[in-house]
Amino acid sequence: MKRGKHIPSRIVTFIVLAIFFIPVLWLILTSLRPNIEINTRPPVWISKNINVDSYLALLGFGVNPERFAFGENIPFGSYFRNSLITATVSTLLALVIGTLAGYAFSSFKFKGRNGIFLSLMLARAIPGIALSLPLLVLFTRMGLSDKVYGLVIAYTAMNVPFTAWLMAGFIGEIPEELNDAALIDGCSKWSAFLKVDLPLIGPGLAASGIFAFLTSWNEFAIASVITRTIASKTFPPGLFDFTAEFVSDWRGMCAMSVLMLVPAIIFVIIVQRQLVKGLTLGALKG
Amino acid sequence: MTTEKTIKSKEIVKLARVSRERRGRATAENRHLPIVLLIPAIIILAFVVGFPMLYSLYLSFTNFTLLSHASIKFVGLQNYVTVFKDPIFLGSLGRTILYITIAVNLEFILGLLIANAMSHIIRGQSILRTVMMMPMMFAPILVGFQFKWIFNDQVGLINNILYEIFGRPIIIPWLIERPLGFISILIAEIWMSTPFMVIVFLAGIMSISPEILEAAEVDGANEWQKFRHVTVPSIIPFIYIAMAVRSLDIAKAYDLVSIMTGGGPAHRTELIWTYVYRLAFTSQKFALGSAMSYVTVVIAFAFTFYFFRQLIKARQIRRV
Repeated sequence: MKRGKHIPSRIVTFIVLAIFFIPVLWLILTSLRPNIEINTRPPVWISKNINVDSYLALLGFGVNPERFAFGENIPFGSYFRNSLITATVSTLLALVIGTLAGYAFSSFKFKGRNGIFLSLMLARAIPGIALSLPLLVLFTRMGLSDKVYGLVIAYTAMNVPFTAWLMAGFIGEIPEELNDAALIDGCSKWSAFLKVDLPLIGPGLAASGIFAFLTSWNEFAIASVITRTIASKTFPPGLFDFTAEFVSDWRGMCAMSVLMLVPAIIFVIIVQRQLVKGLTLGALKG
Repeated sequence: MTTEKTIKSKEIVKLARVSRERRGRATAENRHLPIVLLIPAIIILAFVVGFPMLYSLYLSFTNFTLLSHASIKFVGLQNYVTVFKDPIFLGSLGRTILYITIAVNLEFILGLLIANAMSHIIRGQSILRTVMMMPMMFAPILVGFQFKWIFNDQVGLINNILYEIFGRPIIIPWLIERPLGFISILIAEIWMSTPFMVIVFLAGIMSISPEILEAAEVDGANEWQKFRHVTVPSIIPFIYIAMAVRSLDIAKAYDLVSIMTGGGPAHRTELIWTYVYRLAFTSQKFALGSAMSYVTVVIAFAFTFYFFRQLIKARQIRRV
């Protein structure tokens, strides 16, 4: 095998990754320099004024407010709390509900199975924007609008179909013999699921968890319609706080974007590790 | 490392194997348990998706607007007739289909090339993969803001670079001119979504058994022949799944476009969902917007149904 010493591949990969990384780098750079420099012509490439004031302003440490259009007034803490609660809770709920559904699909033959499965997939084809207004009407009547748990319910539902789909695949891969052994040992189907299948589907849970968390953390269409105040507003609609009709605090927005990316990146890295752990476990699957 | 790769790829293959009936035995317990297991999923989806969709189906046959709650009148199919006579809707529909086609195909080609290049790098591949996954963590709305700024005509990154190259202000209205607006949005979309393809294809390529590639080498195949006749055919299921998943996702595109151009100017970059939003929320014509989203959702359903059927077929072929 000549894999590993492939010079053209290295060059291509390096260039491509650099191109893909430029917007990320640009985002970070913009968050570190004054708005005046960002908006000036001719362009300033090398800033003389790099500092982390925009982050300090967002996190509530007093800095000279004159330099920031909105940074001081953004309820960053509330956005963070709301985003974290909605994303985490809806991910956990979707994993539980989706795993149960996936188990039903992968392990049983029953009337209406294909029909129910197809409806789940169809539910996923409906974009948040189509749901947002009827949901707003429904949630307002039920007192769920502008509430964190309203968003939690909506996001859980959004994530259930994909989770069920992935988990059905993962559970389907578990060798039948393991399950049979458990049944022979006197387990019920249910406890066979808890004791045999569940520990083996760690990688599946990790993978579905990544998708569900990112979907909820980054969702905008529903959040922008259902959330109104700091009681439930999350980061994505919160980004609009930085834009006004005539001015926008581009630097502040970039700083909040970076802070918004950090938990997502940490989560992905943590779950990737879980993934590898689960994979060694999964060696059993053969 | 090897186990990681093989199993990672297995996950993706599993996406295709929707369900298996190996353990289906008709006992009394088995008859009720699956329904019990499905109840939570059915309840929450009925509440968040089913009920709102029925409500907007009802509204699509009325004259409901956000302004007049008092007098809801049935108007029959009038909204649907209006939708199909609306040249902007038909234009947006065509543009959306064009957008899906171009984006998915470019993402596929780029994804395949990048994944193939990355597969040759063994040391540090997991770091490369993490870097590659960065755009997947960006919220679409964030990508929208980011690229709106990159393509800004006055102080955007692209025009700034042109300024440096030509030594004078070059003001290209990226987001305004036709077809530059459409191209700018496509570039943002491709930046955001190619990594998904790369990750899926890379998993596929790493799952190809080295013996096959070695055999091809022994037979004197060059790099291109190996790529064309070994790599690509081996990862067909991965390609199929990745492209189907992306098509369905891009069909829902809203956030990115709404931030970058809002569908404008003058509907030049209008996609279906930005237009539905404009009608329902900006123009307050909610009944009409509902009818339009129903037409679109039915088209998406047809595609999903087709995809589902193909999936079952593909699964049966693989089992043989």
